[in-house]
Amino acid sequence: MSDSLLLEAAAIPGTLPEWFRNAQSQAAARFDSLPMPSRRDEFWRFSNLKALDPQDFTPARPVADEVAQELVAQSAGVAAAAGTFVFANDHLISRTNSSALAAQGVLWMPISEALENHAGLVEKYFMRSEPALGSSKHLALHLASVRAGTFLYVPKGVHIEAPLQTFHWLAGSGQAVFPHTLIVAEECSSVTVVDWFKSTGDARNMACGVNDLHVGPNAKVHYISVQDWSRQTVSLNSNVTEVAQGASALHLGLHLGGVFSRSESVSRLNGAGARCEMLAATVADHAQEFDQRTLQEHVSPDTYSDLLYKNALYDQSKTIVSGLIRVEPEAHRTDAYQKVRNLILSPDAEANSLPGLEILADQVKCSHGATTGEIDAEELFYMQARGISARDAYRLITYGFLNEVLERLPEATLRETLQSALRNRLQGH
Amino acid sequence: MSLVIHNLHARVVGGQEILRGLNLEIQKGRVHAIMGPNGSGKSTLSKVISGHPDYEVTAGEVLLDGVNILGLEPDARARAGLFLAFQYPVEIPGVSNANFIRAALQARLGEGEELDAVDYYGDLYKEMDKLEIPRAFTARSVNEGFSGGEKKRNEVLQMAMLKPSYAILDETDSGLDIDALKIVAAGVNAQRGPGIGMLVITHYQRLLDYITPDVVHVLVGGRIVHTAGPELAYELEAKGYDWIREELAESASA
Ligand SMILES: Nc1ncnc2c1ncn2[C@@H]1O[C@H](COP(=O)(O)OP(=O)(O)OP(=O)(O)O)[C@@H](O)[C@H]1O
Ligand SMILES: [Mg+2]
Repeated sequence: MSDSLLLEAAAIPGTLPEWFRNAQSQAAARFDSLPMPSRRDEFWRFSNLKALDPQDFTPARPVADEVAQELVAQSAGVAAAAGTFVFANDHLISRTNSSALAAQGVLWMPISEALENHAGLVEKYFMRSEPALGSSKHLALHLASVRAGTFLYVPKGVHIEAPLQTFHWLAGSGQAVFPHTLIVAEECSSVTVVDWFKSTGDARNMACGVNDLHVGPNAKVHYISVQDWSRQTVSLNSNVTEVAQGASALHLGLHLGGVFSRSESVSRLNGAGARCEMLAATVADHAQEFDQRTLQEHVSPDTYSDLLYKNALYDQSKTIVSGLIRVEPEAHRTDAYQKVRNLILSPDAEANSLPGLEILADQVKCSHGATTGEIDAEELFYMQARGISARDAYRLITYGFLNEVLERLPEATLRETLQSALRNRLQGH
Repeated sequence: MSLVIHNLHARVVGGQEILRGLNLEIQKGRVHAIMGPNGSGKSTLSKVISGHPDYEVTAGEVLLDGVNILGLEPDARARAGLFLAFQYPVEIPGVSNANFIRAALQARLGEGEELDAVDYYGDLYKEMDKLEIPRAFTARSVNEGFSGGEKKRNEVLQMAMLKPSYAILDETDSGLDIDALKIVAAGVNAQRGPGIGMLVITHYQRLLDYITPDVVHVLVGGRIVHTAGPELAYELEAKGYDWIREELAESASA
């Protein structure tokens, strides 16, 4: 283990509460003692583990002022956001947010500030669940090293219309960042949050992030993450979405960057009538590998979950989607769906789908299915018959394939922003 | 100026011959109708002209204003001025109708030229209004979940936007109710003029009441076997195709 990671961890700004310092040092010890994941482990089947060794990286250093200014200028994101935080290499470089938020009692601040000023509240929600999908070691690393990211607390009954967004930039080479997002939405509140993960240049770096959502009774949270790290970045990301009674969550990942990108996502439907949509659209090219593991955990009756993960694979890229639906004994009348769609655009690409079901309750409606196919010849001909070149038609059909995921997002302006990010990503293909 | 189909022989790749020496000339400014029994090769003709990869041409040529287009990719043929309204329009999930038509227009512009978005939507809405297509269809995925009639209107909309010099309409009337038929026919008639030659494939003389053709052809067994004026459509409607088949058999044995 690179000791430097832990030394740096102490450099989190502000005074830390004792529970957090303890949690960090325990996590550091856990990180040291846990073995690296192995392919024999069910949660790491088919994964390329070579990419994962954190030894190769040191905690990211702050960027120069000119660079910071440049990055802030590039952090437009979605128009009319209610606020924007910008971090570069795990250091806050800019924050703007409407004063209306504070007036409504909304807390939205860097995680370091929340640890200093709202320690009790953070403690209640911060990384409370046991790792469920295999990344114990990397979650320990995250906890031991975290120093940047945002904490959002939306009080009861407060609706935030415009999205809140955070940019995490990664600059330099051999650097590691540990972005954290913690969202707590109280009863009957609603909010939409976007995290943008972006790099300058294309050096090899590492990101090990966590984003956890706590959706209170009858609340509504939409969380969108755009993973657009450099094509050399090793990225691990872990999400837990807890959905309470009558609440609804939508979790959408647009996966564009990274050389190896692992994302774990757990939706826990913990309260009658809880609903969750789990969505992901992935563009994989060159030697990119996207390793996606999901769990739809139905704890309570009358709960609903719907997963749609779509991958478009070019060149020698590889994707894995391993998804489990687990319906606990009490979770009667559960509706749980899982769809994985792979579009293969190169004979050398490899798409792996590993669906799983565990049903312990009655009157359950579940379906899961994975399909892998190529561009439809009739769609191609139809486009060409309108004068669109084969290459443009391929790109447009691929866009449409992934856009079906983005179309599930009800927020029009945000959707258009993501659509243009997707279009940009597909340019050149 | 015409679209000339000369001695065209075509088959399904590696399969049986469907078009067997077909001759046809469509002049700009004129509307030709093709009628013919099921399976006679009407859709195959339209697809072979458009360059569908399922078929191979074993003899003959297709000249668009004097240029043989058979060596061109389907998209190059379309950009050269050809348009096919599909018998079965294809659904393209996730691609909005507006973006699709825009991409088709953009494909006709030179390197570095950008379509003006405001003008484009202006034109699109104008043509949609003529065809009584609700605005919501711009944002919907191409043909996805459209009714049979809506798909056909959408084909005519694309034709109106792309302004081809030769258009083949393959059973654009099928699946349309009477009101829709009138609207679509009006849309097609509005596009009629000296700059366009049309080939209208249909089973029903009804359509030809609204789009009066200059010439009517009968296609049987992969060949044009009979050509006459618009009155031929009524004759076919009244008598079916058997009399033509009999005449063919007689002339073959004579
Ligand atoms: N791709 C194909 N593969 C195999 N057979 C084909 C193919 N395309 C056409 N055929 C055959 O060629 C013949 C002509 O078909 P085509 O679709 O051109 O007929 P049509 O005149 O348009 O008929 P309809 O009036 O029913 O639309 C039919 O027997 C059809 O089955
Ligand atoms: Mg046909």
